Amino acid sequence: MSTFQFLLEGLAAAMLPMNLLYALVGVTLGTMVGVLPGIGPATTVALLLPVTYQLDATGSLIMFAGIYYGGMYGGSTTSILLNTPGESASIVTALEGNKMARAGRGGPALATAAIGSFVAGLIATLALAFVAPFIVKIALVFGPREYFALMVLAFITVSSAFGDSTLRGLTSLFIGLALSLVGIDQLTGQNRLSFGVPDLLDGIEVTTMAVAMFAIGETLYIAAQGATAPDKIEAVKGSVWMTGQDWARSWKAWLRGTLIGFPIGAMPAGGAEIGTFLSYATEKKLSKHPEEFGKGAIEGVAGPEAANNASAAGTLVPLLTLGLPTSATAAIMLAGFQQYGLQPGPLLFATNPQLVWGLIASLLIANLMLLVLNLPLVGLWVRLLTIPKPWLYAGILLFATLGTIGANPSVFELGMLLLFGLIAYGMRVFGYPIAPVIVGLILGPLAEQQLRRALAISQGDVTVLFTSPIAAGLLIVAALALIVPLILRARGRGDVLNQMAASED
Amino acid sequence: MSLDKTPSTSMQRRPDWAALVIAAILLVLAGVILFDVSRLRDLGGYSQVGPATVPGWIAYGLIGLAIWTVVAAFRGDFPVREKQEVKPVVWIVAGLAAQMLLIRPLGFSIATGILFGLTAAGFGARRLWISIPIAIVICLAIWWVFSVVLSLSLPAGPLENLLQ
Repeated sequence: MSTFQFLLEGLAAAMLPMNLLYALVGVTLGTMVGVLPGIGPATTVALLLPVTYQLDATGSLIMFAGIYYGGMYGGSTTSILLNTPGESASIVTALEGNKMARAGRGGPALATAAIGSFVAGLIATLALAFVAPFIVKIALVFGPREYFALMVLAFITVSSAFGDSTLRGLTSLFIGLALSLVGIDQLTGQNRLSFGVPDLLDGIEVTTMAVAMFAIGETLYIAAQGATAPDKIEAVKGSVWMTGQDWARSWKAWLRGTLIGFPIGAMPAGGAEIGTFLSYATEKKLSKHPEEFGKGAIEGVAGPEAANNASAAGTLVPLLTLGLPTSATAAIMLAGFQQYGLQPGPLLFATNPQLVWGLIASLLIANLMLLVLNLPLVGLWVRLLTIPKPWLYAGILLFATLGTIGANPSVFELGMLLLFGLIAYGMRVFGYPIAPVIVGLILGPLAEQQLRRALAISQGDVTVLFTSPIAAGLLIVAALALIVPLILRARGRGDVLNQMAASED
Repeated sequence: MSLDKTPSTSMQRRPDWAALVIAAILLVLAGVILFDVSRLRDLGGYSQVGPATVPGWIAYGLIGLAIWTVVAAFRGDFPVREKQEVKPVVWIVAGLAAQMLLIRPLGFSIATGILFGLTAAGFGARRLWISIPIAIVICLAIWWVFSVVLSLSLPAGPLENLLQ
């Protein structure tokens, strides 16, 4: 069967009334949680994962797709109206979008973000559908050492290639890897680092960890900043509709953003923010109104928002075809798959095609639902932003612990939540990134399995890892991804992130 | 995220003590891993690749990172920390700890209601005699929705038993 037929079948499955309902619940919950300030898509997905526990695999993944896309949309609303981006990928949106909102053009800013996300999501999801079968074909010839090399590359790009510091990124990654050792070794059945505690034999629950690291760590961090002046929420004045000129200035930016964002997300490079920065820089260069940049240029919202969503769909390429999560959100989604005993990868396309294609099709549907839901409901989302901080964060902690209690009502699990929440708070204070911990925790055991298989075949000879051309190539790229940023930083060239932030003022 | 937060070449002479503590924690973590897997050493089998191999690599990686952290501490490479308020953190940690300890004896609603009240207090809403009772009622409603509608059993206590 061709990709097109698979996709049509997937669409037919996703159109079943029950599945449409799951998608609707998913996008609504996702937007609702994603809109809350300080909560990015990763936290949204982690907080809402327990909601899907009661469903079957297909229903749960469809709801999940909705939550993922909804969380992305919600985040852009927050950054335009509140100027507190919940995630690094929304920084650029906040740059121009918040300026537009202050100038009374919040409506068009929200509209161009929503429509741009829709266009990008549509194109990128279709691209995902057509690219995935090719990668699956390539991936089928991959052996353990190629997979291991690929995972090393993902480790490096997630932790150290982008960000402020190689040292802190790698440290976060290794903390995640160390925590991933806890529990029963999958190949020999030996228990490691569990110190005779029965609750630790199954390893550290990824969802507990993600909720603790993101939701609790963030809450503690924000509380510790003390009573700052309340963030000013920009009211949406005037029409939410875009003028003819807005359309004329937006559509090319949407397409360029998609073109930039998708490949960056699809490569095991992680970091949706890189795409948004590149798109912002491109739009600034190509714009006929460069003087408006920094004061609320609509292209500066349209392009990066499109890039952001396109790369979100792009990260699903390595996740679905190779089982390789390249962002914290993707890592938590992988945990969502694993709770049903499903391992994403080339085999899943062969053994469970209706599930994979149903998921891809429901991404398309979720995308459409969001466009229909979001603009009319923007008033409701704005109302969510006005919840006073004490109730907002108390509510976030209520739901964060509710998820853990619902999954496993044990004192031990709540203790883990508190412990890792405190660790995450400490890491935030010292500028350690959180995402590598989650990726290390979930990808660590998979990488170890592949490595040990490769070494078992070669009877312990480590050089075997470098003798396959594909594996060697991937490892060289990984080494470059580690070394080049180090040199750039040492020569004071900083990273894209810093340059961008500096040009804001 | 602005440039002035990361002074890579500050004139600081004294080492960054907090960074040294982090390095020590990394070393302890590495030590714990090496100690724990030392009993698995001889399980490598013929290829000498066993359950202890990868933990060993990770432990050595942590030791390397600890050394790097020490170097960074002496060179003043760590970003300047913003001042942290301790009090709100204590309120929230107390809330989480109270929930953890009370959830078995008193049930979901009371334990989580106390968490809610103490967290709100951490963010400045200090009137606990109002916030905690309201939160307990809300949590009781959530408990009811979960156990009756979603058939997901959250721990029950005296209040929940009244509803059953």
